[in-house]
Amino acid sequence: MAGVKKNNLRLKFDSSRNLAPAPESKSIANIADRYDLFINGKFEKPSSKKYFDTINPATEEKLSSVAEANNADVNKAVSAARTAYEKVWKKTSAKERAKYIYRIARMIQERARELAVIETLDGGKPIRESRDFDVPTAANHFFYYAGWADKLEYAFPNKNPQPLGVAGQIIPWNFPLLMAAWKIAPALATGNTVVLKPAETTPLTALKLAEIIQEADLPPGVVNIITGAGATGAAIVNHPDINKIAFTGSTDVGKIIQRAVAGSDKKVTLELGGKAANIIFDDAPLDQAVEGVINGIFFNQGHVCCAGSRLFVQESVYKIVLQKLKDRMESLIVGNPMDKNTDVGAINSRQQLEVIHKYLKIGQQEGAEMFQSSCAIPKKGFYCRPTIFTNVAQSNRIAQEEIFGPVLAIQTFRTEDEVIEKANNTPFGLSAGVWTDKGSKIFNMTSKLRAGVIWANTYNKFDPVSPFGGYKESGFGREGGLHGLGAYLKV
Amino acid sequence: MSKRIEVLKTYKIYIGGQFPRTESGRTYIAYSPKGEQLANVCLSSRKDVRDAVGSARSAFGGWSARAAFNRGQILYRIAEMLEGRKAQFIDELVKQGSSKASAETEVNRSIDRLIYYSGWCDKYQQIFSSVNPVASSHFNFSALEPMGVVTIVAPQNTSLIGLVSVMAPVIAGGNSCVILASENKPLCAVTFAEVLNSSDLPGGVVNILTGKVAELLPFLADHMDVNAIFYGENDAANKKLIREKASLNVKRTVIYESKNWVEEKNESPYFINDFQEVKTTWHPIENIGGAKAGY
Repeated sequence: MAGVKKNNLRLKFDSSRNLAPAPESKSIANIADRYDLFINGKFEKPSSKKYFDTINPATEEKLSSVAEANNADVNKAVSAARTAYEKVWKKTSAKERAKYIYRIARMIQERARELAVIETLDGGKPIRESRDFDVPTAANHFFYYAGWADKLEYAFPNKNPQPLGVAGQIIPWNFPLLMAAWKIAPALATGNTVVLKPAETTPLTALKLAEIIQEADLPPGVVNIITGAGATGAAIVNHPDINKIAFTGSTDVGKIIQRAVAGSDKKVTLELGGKAANIIFDDAPLDQAVEGVINGIFFNQGHVCCAGSRLFVQESVYKIVLQKLKDRMESLIVGNPMDKNTDVGAINSRQQLEVIHKYLKIGQQEGAEMFQSSCAIPKKGFYCRPTIFTNVAQSNRIAQEEIFGPVLAIQTFRTEDEVIEKANNTPFGLSAGVWTDKGSKIFNMTSKLRAGVIWANTYNKFDPVSPFGGYKESGFGREGGLHGLGAYLKV
Repeated sequence: MSKRIEVLKTYKIYIGGQFPRTESGRTYIAYSPKGEQLANVCLSSRKDVRDAVGSARSAFGGWSARAAFNRGQILYRIAEMLEGRKAQFIDELVKQGSSKASAETEVNRSIDRLIYYSGWCDKYQQIFSSVNPVASSHFNFSALEPMGVVTIVAPQNTSLIGLVSVMAPVIAGGNSCVILASENKPLCAVTFAEVLNSSDLPGGVVNILTGKVAELLPFLADHMDVNAIFYGENDAANKKLIREKASLNVKRTVIYESKNWVEEKNESPYFINDFQEVKTTWHPIENIGGAKAGY
């Protein structure tokens, strides 16, 4: 390239680019000092008599305390769900069932801002995300599945689909309200009743949803929401009167659940971990691709099971992509989740922050090179700078194991076949991303990558009509769309 | 004139398109219901399971990439080959305790079932796939893909129809498989392997072992390179064992209540669907100019 002048222009990210704070008001968040268990349409004191605190991970301040459900409480919730199933919900016409679910959707929309604020306070995600993504998508999910309730026979030609009974549902802390919607909406539309347990670090929006369900006048016992940690979840999984277990969380716990229900005929769906490959070819629109990679790994602090946590860049564009990526990382605003300008908020819990730090150490010990954006992070609260690793080997733990944080492992490749093999060389198979301008290459890649969701020239998109779920150790069953109905029906 | 001595058949197993004996060198005796000795059959071992899974894994990529139409033709070819050897299967079924009439029905139904699934090879995708109307400016569709390597405990109460009824939807959907034949009625499984071997079916797509369910079931269920396992008996202890072992690698377990596989109602594209993954693909739709198709 003789004669071509090297372009050394760099974007500058100094203090002149700092935006004035734009904090969302907390005043709309109506959080009680204490929450009981939502069983049979009422908030009931736990028979454990125990409560635990839920804190704001951005400030480490206590927000509220919530009840810890023990075996007796789980029994109560399951028996309320069973009675509601046999006596009421099974006999409720599908059209009326739909109307209840529509009501819930509408009420979530009405109270969207309050839910968004509480979601951010309790979980640490940027208000921009909870306001523009989590809450509206949760409402849409109810609205979408409401419409299926009286149309199920069209989804399964030549079959007479029937509800399973009582569904036990256990959800994670990364998208607390949205995951509750993903679980409850299809279960109700298909005529099941529900016992749902939110994660112990993020119980508040699920409890707010319980208030909405109460307000929507859903028959008592059709949805029961009980809080607690692992032991409460285990009591749900092992309860003999539950017909279906739906779990979203880590692969390790998913395996334990699959094993625990082996002796029963409980139907199971598992949405587990991932280690998605995001692949950039040299003919990709690079700026768009870099934006997609940023969104793929730093969306929700990387607490996303389908996060694009492995990046594969074709060798010929590696240098430029890396530079663009670092530049873009420097422009990310990290900090107070309640600030409307914030891109990357707080890590969900101290425990998760420790996990992430452990992997940062491992990555460096294994010989990978670490780069972090140079931003300041708040002194109080749990924060991690956006991080990338280069010089990563396929066998490195940071390339094999799910970190569930804002940490990206970057590798290079030369040919399509090479990158397909590398991308598929993982026990996971939840999602993948491909960036190229060539249509035929997209279809070659999207059909050969062994994963349940493939984003081509985009990443981390979700929609109620779009089935989501994994191959291999990322779990089985689909949530969303027509395919999501099957998880809750005898077909 | 001296009586002609019948040439007896050696019943071997079928791995990777070859007919080896079990590496263990062991055999067991297949008896008729009356207690007559019918044949020495391979008593397959854990190592045979591993070899068979290896063959199935190697065959999976090519088989799943075959055109659906081509898979349909190959299933049809299997039916053709079976039709041509009907008499042999009827004879084996009768030896293993069937009446002449029911043996004939079983073989006919097996042939027809292969034809049935041959027809589905390039059709089930359209039944179970979807184009999803997402709210954002993206084209989004969900299509089916095979799970991968499937281990199958063939229905134990029949020698042929159960095996065919379970194998056909698995391979029609592009999976490869390892089948453990009926323990007490193993003859047709081995003879069926010979049919497969002369049917243009690539070696390794279907591997057939004979042996003891109790011995091999744990290995069929816990192998880390197996994606799904099928079981169709009502044995609660075995079901539990399968599900427990399957959890090691989040294997899919496809477990049916015991069925009378001769019945016509026990064929359906839903059996193909049970061994499929749903893959959802997103791509942006350029929506810059805002031009509308206003014709």
